[in-house]
Amino acid sequence: MSIWKERIHVFFQYKDLLFQLVQRDIKLKYRRSFLGYCWSILDPLLIMIVLTLVFSQMFSRDITNYPIYLITGRTIFSFFTESTNAGMRSIMGNSALIKKCYVPKYIFTLAKVMSSMVNFVFSLGALVIVMIFTRTPVSIYVLFFPVILIQLFLFCCGMGFFLAQLNVFFRDVQYIYNAITTAWMYATPLFYPIEQLDGNPAMQHFITTYNPLYYYIKQFRDIIYTRCMPEASCVITGFVIAIVVFILGLVCFKKNQDRFILYI
Amino acid sequence: MSENYMIDVDNVTIRFNMATQKVDNLKEYFVRLVTRQLMFQEFLALQDVNLKVKKGEAWGLIGVNGSGKSTLLKAISGIMKPYKGSIAVHGNIAPLIELGAGFDMNLTARENIYLNGAVLGHSKKEMQQHFDDIVDFAEIRQFLDSPIKNYSSGMKARLGFSVATMVKPDILIVDEVLSVGDYKFRKKCQQRMETMLSGGTTLLFVSHNIDQVKELCTHALWLDKGHVVMSGEVNPVCDAYMAMDEVKK
Repeated sequence: MSIWKERIHVFFQYKDLLFQLVQRDIKLKYRRSFLGYCWSILDPLLIMIVLTLVFSQMFSRDITNYPIYLITGRTIFSFFTESTNAGMRSIMGNSALIKKCYVPKYIFTLAKVMSSMVNFVFSLGALVIVMIFTRTPVSIYVLFFPVILIQLFLFCCGMGFFLAQLNVFFRDVQYIYNAITTAWMYATPLFYPIEQLDGNPAMQHFITTYNPLYYYIKQFRDIIYTRCMPEASCVITGFVIAIVVFILGLVCFKKNQDRFILYI
Repeated sequence: MSENYMIDVDNVTIRFNMATQKVDNLKEYFVRLVTRQLMFQEFLALQDVNLKVKKGEAWGLIGVNGSGKSTLLKAISGIMKPYKGSIAVHGNIAPLIELGAGFDMNLTARENIYLNGAVLGHSKKEMQQHFDDIVDFAEIRQFLDSPIKNYSSGMKARLGFSVATMVKPDILIVDEVLSVGDYKFRKKCQQRMETMLSGGTTLLFVSHNIDQVKELCTHALWLDKGHVVMSGEVNPVCDAYMAMDEVKK
């Protein structure tokens, strides 16, 4: 038990560092740009407009209120790619510091995922704007959002830890992961409705069962787009996946972290 | 008994992988795994090093380049884990292995002071208390809000030293960092280290300037190619080191 007490103590000793790193990322992201933080909202908004123009011709018959359908899926997915990519590079990016000073290394990965999460929360501003424009009503179920955020955060942290440690030993992971996220994007119903795959039940089953992001996007769409309470089974599966991935990522990270110094 | 020591380095060996080519991509890894060429050419940077430091002592580490001084400091500050042996450290460490290692070049000095303080494990509140002292010691008040990337190396070094030594650490580790900076600042640093020493801080000091080691340190450890050649009181060790140097010449 005492080793856990010690670890928690160390974590609290470095919580200010975590805070400083998150602050640094957010400050530097938009430094020297005129619109600054507005880009967190403008960026997803512009992309959504482009995608709506392109895809609404294809799917508009199947999906009512396509802009909301699209932006709910896309904000979740872009949080996932942004945070895991940043997390993956977190150890290499701070190698100068890791070589010269003792700091618990997971702090860097955690900070990257957290700063992406802050950016994600900003980008919800775009969602609000789209909801106002499309006159989408807000339901009480929106209050469920923090529960989804916790699942997503744990999942992204786990992925980030796993990728960060792998990236130290094999730099190719960055490029492979790039291809993986592209494939993953198409395997996730972001632009198309899942019913589109009715003709291919095997594929549909695969996506709705084995794509972890499907659970989070579905829950998010339930509270914003369909305006209903997410199914309990969906939430439970989401939590189980998130916790398993988080623990696996952390265990891999911890197992290899002492060897980082020899490779960075 | 070990509680009496601030730093207890016990039979430490540190191993590096000195493979001729660094395998850091998957393709090469698998090719070598299949052809069984994933050899581990080991290099022992330190071998069976013992060092026991009591509270308030100042140890100078001397030896030629590549003798393992910096590796030992890194092991003590927890950056590297020993391959064999154990290291126990009691108290918090301020490592000055490279001044301003935690600086982000795009942030201003003000932001960097808080960031670097956090890297050293200090809370924001502590840093706020010492903020003015840090700025005054580094003499950078008029540049406080410009990004560090515009600073000269001397200014960065002053700021780094200032942040690291302002919140009093139990153990201060200094690795040849004071060679930058002008004469005046070097003197100021030395004074600061002397006051810290008289205040009970333990010092580990790497320098090629033997006179400085003799002036500042009470003990010395002489390393050569990862082995301890001699350790003990500062004067005999330094004299022996210098004598060997003479012989070589």
